[in-house]
Amino acid sequence: MNLISTVAQRVLWAAILLLAVLVLNFSMMHLAPGDVADTIAQSMGGADAEVLEQIRTDYGLDQPFLSQLSNYVGKVLHFDLGYSYFYNQPVTKLIFEKLPATLILVITAQLLALIIGVLLGVYSARNQEGWVSHFVTLFALFGYSAPVFWTGILLLIAFSLKIPLFPVAGMVDVTVEGGAIAKFLDLLRHMVLPVITLASIFIALYSRLCRATMMEVLQTDYIRTAKSKGLSTREIIYKHALKNSLSPVITLAGLQFSAVVSGAVLVETVFSWPGLGTLALQSIIARDTPTILGILFFSALVVIVGNLLTDLALRFVDPRVRGH
Amino acid sequence: MSALLSVENLRIELDTRAGVAPVIDDLSFSLNAGETLSFVGESGCGKSMTALAIMGLLPEKIGRVASGSILFNGEDITKASDERLREIRGNDISMIFQEPMTSLNPVFTIGEQVAEVLRRHQKLGRKAAWSTAVELLNSVRIPDAARRAKSYPHQLSGGQRQRVMIAMALACKPRILIADEPTTALDVTIQAQIFDLLEDLQAQTGSAIIMITHDMGVVAEIAERMIVMYAGRMVEHGNVDDVLSRPRHPYTKGLIGCVPHLMATLTDSRPELTEISGIVPGLNEFGQNACLFASRCNLVGQQCVQARPKEKQFENTQLSACWHAESV
Repeated sequence: MNLISTVAQRVLWAAILLLAVLVLNFSMMHLAPGDVADTIAQSMGGADAEVLEQIRTDYGLDQPFLSQLSNYVGKVLHFDLGYSYFYNQPVTKLIFEKLPATLILVITAQLLALIIGVLLGVYSARNQEGWVSHFVTLFALFGYSAPVFWTGILLLIAFSLKIPLFPVAGMVDVTVEGGAIAKFLDLLRHMVLPVITLASIFIALYSRLCRATMMEVLQTDYIRTAKSKGLSTREIIYKHALKNSLSPVITLAGLQFSAVVSGAVLVETVFSWPGLGTLALQSIIARDTPTILGILFFSALVVIVGNLLTDLALRFVDPRVRGH
Repeated sequence: MSALLSVENLRIELDTRAGVAPVIDDLSFSLNAGETLSFVGESGCGKSMTALAIMGLLPEKIGRVASGSILFNGEDITKASDERLREIRGNDISMIFQEPMTSLNPVFTIGEQVAEVLRRHQKLGRKAAWSTAVELLNSVRIPDAARRAKSYPHQLSGGQRQRVMIAMALACKPRILIADEPTTALDVTIQAQIFDLLEDLQAQTGSAIIMITHDMGVVAEIAERMIVMYAGRMVEHGNVDDVLSRPRHPYTKGLIGCVPHLMATLTDSRPELTEISGIVPGLNEFGQNACLFASRCNLVGQQCVQARPKEKQFENTQLSACWHAESV
């Protein structure tokens, strides 16, 4: 099967999956207790029965469930995620405003975790008795056990309060003057702690997995063949062994994509990072149904696209996945 | 003529749970340029360890050359630096392994895996290495080599993969090729093809071959001299014709008795195939001052369990480590 038809097939499945997610989310929100009209009225400062009725008619809340659902799905198909009661803005606009901040955080953390995790894993597999190897084992235990918001708060206390190296919250400092470079450096300064917090779990996971697969790969017959060819240690490790060790790590990274996104919600909250996570929390507290649905839909989209990219990366690394 | 490879009093130790075991115990032999020497014996007798020691690829940390020397062109490679060993491996001495299914790296094309050796040792550029690799694949009779070079190992059959291994091993025209049971994992029909191929290529490159096998038929077919190993020790050594027609060690005799096709039909004097009862002793029994074959031998006497047999040399240069060598 060639690449294009595989991708086309995957995209079709992804679309069906997204539709299912959409229907499920909408139904669950519908089943949740409470009256949306009440919430809207509250944000307007209260209303009597007549106004409530008016709100229900305006937002189509008086219609039967199925027609509400089909209305919503129809709108989403036209890239319209509805209108936020709380923010008084179209949800799509709201999400696209917050999305870049989340993507910067998530992608940087994931890349950092992959690079550091793989390097640590390779190094500790080669020096199994060395201190780095023991550190990886210990760090993996810590990184995976510690709740991400707790790690975040500890880092904040250590590096923002006790030793004030990094800002406490936010993504940019409006008082910073200067050109693009100064602004970029400011952004980097703000990113350090949230990225480290989010990456810590995944560094732990990837380094541990990479160490294990690398140790296994180094025992294989084809590594013995590579040695018998007189190749240098560097070529054996970083060419022959690493490419074989990457498949499980990439698979895990793909599976963890949803965890990265949900982790981002917690990290954004701790660091007041103005991204989708913060928006999600605020809209849940405000019971802003269209925004919640929109964010859920978008998270599903991110996870599905992430998995699609993982599949493609696997095909690139392992020819056996490509088939004949 | 001085020997190309000369192994002297080699002792290899392996750390095991039960302690240190001498998996190779006082082994000496030599190999001349262009000749084919065969190592025979059951699994666990130290044949592969000998090969790995010559390659400098003994299992890290748990295996080591305890004493003795391996002289390649007069240079003791047990004392060579890692860098020097890497120059020798794949260039002067190369090896084919038992498992063609797992010995090639699954994520690189076979052309790349052959070309890599040429880039490493012959200092060829990418293009030159690739076209030489295609020629090599052609010479090991991979059909449509130019296209097949872009294949990955999983797209090839076992026999084809072993051909790729051979192409890789012979890429730099090594002085010595070590083949560790190269056909054990293959179909019988493919086995014959692989041996034909090895013989043809040997004629072209002039490489000496160390053929490790437990198949007496293979020995008879391709080797000039043979060494029979048992429990880490050489028990018999001699020209293949001499040893096969008149073995001087009960173990060799037993091995020959197990093989049907050395004699086409069963005769009155050989009404049935025989077997050697019992199994090779465990590593914890290696190294005793006794004949390690005694427990399985029908000639066993008092002397056999009291002292390690001395090697006896016969007029035809045949060598046997048995107290009863004359009466075998």
